[in-house]
Amino acid sequence: MSAALAIDVRGMTKRFGKRTVVDDVDLAVATGEIVGFLGPNGSGKTTTIRMICGLLRPDAGEGTVLGLDVRTQSAEIKRQVGYMTQRFSFYEDLTIAENLTFVARLYELDPVDEAVAKTLDGLGLTSRKDQLAGTLSGGWKQRLALAACIMHQPKLLLLDEPTAGVDPKARREFWDEIHRLAGDGLTVLVSTHYMDEAERCHRIGYIAYGRMLATGTVEEVVRGSGLVTFVVHGALKPAQIRSLEATDGVEQVAPFGATLHVVGTDRGKLEAALEPLKREAGIKVEPGETSLEDVFIKFMTGAQERAA
Amino acid sequence: MIALFSPRRLGAILAKEFVQMRRDRITFAMMLAVPIVQLLLFGYAINNDPRGLPAAVLALGQDRYTRAVVSALEVSNYYRFGERPQSAAEAESLMAKGEISFLVTIPSDFGTRVERADEPRILVEADATDPAAASGAVSALGTIASRALLRAQGREPVTDPAGASGDSLSFVVHRRYNPENITQYNIVPGLLGVILQMTMVMMTAMALTREIERGTMENLLAMPATAGEIMLGKVLPYLAIGAVQVVIVLGAAKLLFAVPFLGGLGLLLTCVLVFVLALVLLGYTISTVARTQLQAMQLTFFFFLPSLMLSGFMFPFAGMPGWAQALGELFPLTHFLRIIRAIMLKGAGLSDIGDEVFYLSLFVPVYAGLALMRFRSTLD
Repeated sequence: MSAALAIDVRGMTKRFGKRTVVDDVDLAVATGEIVGFLGPNGSGKTTTIRMICGLLRPDAGEGTVLGLDVRTQSAEIKRQVGYMTQRFSFYEDLTIAENLTFVARLYELDPVDEAVAKTLDGLGLTSRKDQLAGTLSGGWKQRLALAACIMHQPKLLLLDEPTAGVDPKARREFWDEIHRLAGDGLTVLVSTHYMDEAERCHRIGYIAYGRMLATGTVEEVVRGSGLVTFVVHGALKPAQIRSLEATDGVEQVAPFGATLHVVGTDRGKLEAALEPLKREAGIKVEPGETSLEDVFIKFMTGAQERAA
Repeated sequence: MIALFSPRRLGAILAKEFVQMRRDRITFAMMLAVPIVQLLLFGYAINNDPRGLPAAVLALGQDRYTRAVVSALEVSNYYRFGERPQSAAEAESLMAKGEISFLVTIPSDFGTRVERADEPRILVEADATDPAAASGAVSALGTIASRALLRAQGREPVTDPAGASGDSLSFVVHRRYNPENITQYNIVPGLLGVILQMTMVMMTAMALTREIERGTMENLLAMPATAGEIMLGKVLPYLAIGAVQVVIVLGAAKLLFAVPFLGGLGLLLTCVLVFVLALVLLGYTISTVARTQLQAMQLTFFFFLPSLMLSGFMFPFAGMPGWAQALGELFPLTHFLRIIRAIMLKGAGLSDIGDEVFYLSLFVPVYAGLALMRFRSTLD
């Protein structure tokens, strides 16, 4: 079983002082899979990724990454993993080509020049190779960082919020690239805040307050949440919205343009709550589709209450 | 309309500054501890009129006058007569190694000349590579010896010792290695050590903090580079910069200041290499402790000032109290200064300064070990 799993870790725990940042997290990622790692800020996504690539020593937990022991073989793991940090962490005072050469030499790629030329070509940056990396735009920095991370042809790619602060077009291209790489057999674990990006993953894991709350495909996670959603069309008065929010059975009320998404776990109670609105003139209530975002809001609220 | 000056806004800024000051523990500790530590350290350690300088007396005669002068010198606190050389060659070697600052030679005919009142002479050789240490002690010597002689002759020492010594006892003073008492001879070779220390330590102290501050450390650690590779990769480039500085300072010493260059260049350059290696590793060690570049700077200065004061660069080493000398031995600069002065001014060879070279080279493995122990290959 573990041969087919690129990441297979159990009970990963990390404490900083008295604070437990990652608490008993299990994670299994199959080879060639793209797994999205979701969760609010400070939920432990970065810490988990850093433990997987050997940048942090776990306080508890065990398992393998690419068949290597995550606790004792971090040096070997580093050679086969590409890790793209949240913040651009290549040298802004080096040129694009100099950065790539540095990376190629650290990984002892042979011949260096060929590896650099190939990467520059793939990026379409050959003509700008002597430009300082610090002068690149956010989108280009991100592409350069990705290219540098996969130069040594890793088997596993760890991406920590790679598209933060990148425009939609660049994001789209970035994800196309990720899928192309996964098609070639690369395993990808990517953390993100964006729901649309989560939907481009084969599977997702949701982490909040250091605990893994749900894993599976997007459909599985949505279905597993047991949430029911109704969409209310028509203009509601603020008072009506407030009273709806206070009604038993209604867990989330969120405006989406001219419509209102009303979400709850208990279908019966939810229908009863919406019953009075159906009789109002100009207002239409119909069943809607529960979005991933609704599910995450529920997780976050739940996790907060448990943590409090 | 907004007031030009609001005490409440000023208060807000003041409060914020104090909070930030408190958060930066190292800086805060430095600001409070440094003045106290350094005031006490330098206040007690530094002495421009050094006493207890290491000296040796070579008494060639055995008459009572010689013994009187020798015992008077030994009980005076101006000198510390530890060594008892038996021959002129042995005394010479002690001075070349820097183990004594003075050699007092009492000729074999001293006693006869005293009795005949025939201008008895005492030869004083002073290590003038450090002019400051030499001058004060030489003048004190005359007073002590003259009084002892008068007492031995059964005469009451007159209140004016200068007058007493004038007619009965004469001193021949040799300022060795630096006969004209030129301060540059002492300062310029020392400056090489000081300049190297200043630049090498400070530059390498930033080595890791710069990566951490710019966020590139995380990436560097995620790639397959080991602690030793990072350390050597960070410090070795500064050896090249150090080499350029050495050429400049030695060239200036020769061309501008005409400092004599008696010893072997190969030996000197080897010692400089060891010294610079120790310095860059020290800087790197600082770099593993400091979290920001500013802290690295402060730690560098915290190291820099005592090593300047206690190494014998600014004040005579032998003139400091024992505890300050012991502290001074902990700085590479102290050993380097002895080596470079010995080589350049005294023409010392490896046999004379072997011990110092050994102590200096000890700093290399010690600092490298410390740095590797402190270095973290994870972000914990």
